[in-house]
Amino acid sequence: MKLEVKNLIKKFKTTIAVNNISLEIEKNSTLGLLGPNGCGKTTSIGMMLGLITPTNGEILIDGIPLISKNRIKLLSLMNFCSPYIELPKKLTVIQNLEVYARLYGVKEISDRIEELVEDLNLNKFLYKKTGELSSGQKNRVSLAKSLINKPKLLFLDEPTASLDPDVGDFVREYLEQYKNKNELTVLLASHNMKEVERLCNKIVMMKEGKIVDRGTCKELINKHGRVNLEDTFLKIARGKNELE
Amino acid sequence: MSWNKIYALSLRHIYLIKGSFPRILDLIYWPTIQIFLWGFISKFFTLNSTYYENTVGIILSAAILYDFLFRSSISYNMMFLEEIWSRNFTNLFIAPIKISEIISALTFTAIFRTLIGLVPAALLAIPLFDVSIFKIGIPLIFLLVSLYIFGVTLGLLVTSGLIRFGPSFENIAWASLFFLAPLGCIYYPIEILPEWLQFVAKLLPLVHLFEEMRNILVNDLINYYEVLKACIISFIYFIGGIVIFYYSYNGAKERGTLINMGE
Repeated sequence: MKLEVKNLIKKFKTTIAVNNISLEIEKNSTLGLLGPNGCGKTTSIGMMLGLITPTNGEILIDGIPLISKNRIKLLSLMNFCSPYIELPKKLTVIQNLEVYARLYGVKEISDRIEELVEDLNLNKFLYKKTGELSSGQKNRVSLAKSLINKPKLLFLDEPTASLDPDVGDFVREYLEQYKNKNELTVLLASHNMKEVERLCNKIVMMKEGKIVDRGTCKELINKHGRVNLEDTFLKIARGKNELE
Repeated sequence: MSWNKIYALSLRHIYLIKGSFPRILDLIYWPTIQIFLWGFISKFFTLNSTYYENTVGIILSAAILYDFLFRSSISYNMMFLEEIWSRNFTNLFIAPIKISEIISALTFTAIFRTLIGLVPAALLAIPLFDVSIFKIGIPLIFLLVSLYIFGVTLGLLVTSGLIRFGPSFENIAWASLFFLAPLGCIYYPIEILPEWLQFVAKLLPLVHLFEEMRNILVNDLINYYEVLKACIISFIYFIGGIVIFYYSYNGAKERGTLINMGE
């Protein structure tokens, strides 16, 4: 699926959270959405998920505008994973997956759950309450939920935040493999620059609600004369907007 | 509307109840305590009053019906609060579910939660106080339907407030029914209220329902017109509740409060 965002603006009373951003993610590619805290990433993702009404602008998914009458159809092809939202803690892992499979209208529920359980090693805690799991286990369950409907467009908000390096690496590797095997367009918001370098085809840098730079990792590193993406991020985050 | 999605949302709450014995106990505990409390109070009235011949039956029946209303509203609110407490709100609202499906699922599941609490209490009143609410007969169905619609409406209004103001609105959820109770004339006839308040009370379905319940139990008469009036009033409030819910939902989308809503 191709995602197009055109002149997106979000104003909260007097604050402009997102200031006229436009971006495109080609089918089957991954775009990294970077920027310091409070730069408008979450608000932008919220609008792309239909959770926040834009003040102005347009969001098109495969050319179809994300508006009320298309909401259900488009949401069934999308999903979202973030460590900042959780699944019901008192339900077991398998109960949560079953509920979400039904909500997303998955046809072969048991087969799909079985597939994800095997791929993400959820076997050992499948019948445990989700609230009793470790951060790493919870993260894998959230990822399973976000893939339950075989989405064509996936939003990942810091998918490996608060994970130990081992689990973090497992998640990144899994995402890479999953993407290779399936048709999937990804928007990844992350503060982990190594993760972004590894997973993203292109990057968009945001600051104070605006897009201040964009390109491939290499292009941005070279453009700013830095040795890695982390330094490039710091330069952009601390410096003046490149596009101003 | 997709029944499969409504079922999925209901299933989430059924799993929650099934998986926790303290939750089931909590659902049964309060209605049972109500029955004991009002049973003994009305027994005392019977010994000291000649107003009603059947004081225990009338007060206890009123207590059961009021608790039915209370439980249906609280059940509705609780299920919505569960989503906020578990930080599942965003997951729910990015799923391909219509608002009408969320409202339907909460409405259907609330009856399940309500009956878990109320059926044991109503049955307990039979051997303990020789009071059976089922003596009301067929009209009981209409009374319950009307009370349920009004209970759900109150739930809708509170959940609209939760969407609009966030978890801080939680306290209102608990207080909402106590606010209406004095106007509902649950345990006393409407004539007790000052005249101007009688006018306000008649705008609620509760007065019509509880007056009719007393009419059935005291005079063995039923005025279906009054019952129908109560059902219509409840339904009008229900439609109003749905409109307000949609309004709050759209407002929350404007303000961006649907994302990351949680305790």
